[in-house]
Amino acid sequence: MIDNFLLRALLGGLGVALVAGPFGSFVVWRRLAYFGDTLSHSALLGVALGFILHINLTVGIIVICQLLAILLFYSQRQRQLASDTMLGIFAHGALSLGLVALAFMEDVRIDLVAYLFGDILAISNSDLGWIFAGGGIALACLIRIWKPLLAITIHEDLARVEGIPVDQVNWMFLGLIALIVAVMMKVVGMLLVTALLIIPAATARRFAGNPEMMALLASLIGCLSVCAGLYGSFQWDTPTGPTIVVAACLIFIIGFLVPKGLFLKGQES
Amino acid sequence: MSNTGQPLLEVSTANLTLGKQSLLENINLKIGAGEILTIIGPNGAGKTTLLRIALGLQKPTSGTVKRQPGLTIGYMPQRLHLDPTFPLTVKRFLALACKNDFARVISLLSEVGAAHVVDSAVQTLSGGELQRVLLARALVREPDLLVLDEPVQGVDVHGQVELYKLISRIREQRGCAVLMVSHDLHLVMAATDQVLCLNRHICCSGTPESVTNDPAFVELFGSAAVQYMAIYVHDKNHHHDQCASCGRGSANDR
Repeated sequence: MIDNFLLRALLGGLGVALVAGPFGSFVVWRRLAYFGDTLSHSALLGVALGFILHINLTVGIIVICQLLAILLFYSQRQRQLASDTMLGIFAHGALSLGLVALAFMEDVRIDLVAYLFGDILAISNSDLGWIFAGGGIALACLIRIWKPLLAITIHEDLARVEGIPVDQVNWMFLGLIALIVAVMMKVVGMLLVTALLIIPAATARRFAGNPEMMALLASLIGCLSVCAGLYGSFQWDTPTGPTIVVAACLIFIIGFLVPKGLFLKGQES
Repeated sequence: MSNTGQPLLEVSTANLTLGKQSLLENINLKIGAGEILTIIGPNGAGKTTLLRIALGLQKPTSGTVKRQPGLTIGYMPQRLHLDPTFPLTVKRFLALACKNDFARVISLLSEVGAAHVVDSAVQTLSGGELQRVLLARALVREPDLLVLDEPVQGVDVHGQVELYKLISRIREQRGCAVLMVSHDLHLVMAATDQVLCLNRHICCSGTPESVTNDPAFVELFGSAAVQYMAIYVHDKNHHHDQCASCGRGSANDR
């Protein structure tokens, strides 16, 4: 048991940042930023589901995120609407439906701001459990599908011709994204989850010569953002989730000021 | 198509309709060991779609695709849509497909004449370099059949001649069959054994010489283009069967 709430916040934040690095890199490579956003917007619907079924709210969020991931996977196969339009409909539809559903439950009062922007200082031991168990499982699975996923990211048809089970790997990856989005929500909130996925990865790009390096650097930069954000939040009494994202943005900008390829020896990139 | 022995790949009476639109009608295609078959046709003729059917990426609405058991296919896609944020060197791109055997990567790149780009990021390659790297990638698994989708796309004329020569040489050295798509009439005739002329259905097929005299071919490409080619095919006869010298001859013609 960890009593110090600040220590819990730090551990939770670091756990989330570690997991976000490799996943965020794939989100950036495969241009899935809006996909992650759409999943996180459905969180309130998950909360409502949790209350209705009297189950753990995190489980409710995970279930809804998984369902939405399945729905998105199939909806992207149709060609009637562009995929960003499709994602926009799902994102805002799910967010509004969640708010409406919660309004119907008269005896339920939730701290909306905590869900929107995260409440890292209120992380409980069970939240930490979710972050480390869920994040650990997600990372272990990602490492297992790492190579085929890289091959699919490079060229899906080429991967298919060479016998890689493309659909299964894609399914698994989207399911894992849905899982980590659900557990990351506690730290930065549903509106800022994608920020923690893509900003550290984008920062890492300039200093990485290969995919693994970029994933690792993204994790480290994420951890740095969490530490800086927690410190800043304490120092200036600002909301913690947004402060972490501001820190990540500052690191991104500083990254741009560092000469390109400083750490890439003799590599054009 | 005359060919002895079991075909490597055979598409029989394949049709493809999407919605109400018929994309391919009654397609028959057969490719034997060591043979080069080129699919030519105008834009929108369904060339890439037919290739996807042959590769098993797309199921035909009706008809069958038979592949020889244990057939290894090396596929060279038309393009690589790699996000600029993806840090990937040519070396790693190839190593991913051959269990990090870097000696093999170098030898494959040398075979296609692209050893100098081994440490470059894939996104920074020129059109010709990228095509060569993709060709090396297709060779990684020692294929019995190379499937090339517009292998000379985005390459200048001189580079195109070089690439077709390279493909012929690879076929000679490795003995693999080649199935490729092209919309270039002129250069491709030097490098192919069989031509299949496609415009939703098969207009005509056979050796380059017989196809160019086919009325359906003339109708599809216009007589001007065909006259140009007739001269060229004639030229080819002077050089006999040396594909390499044909390629050079055609470059001088221009």
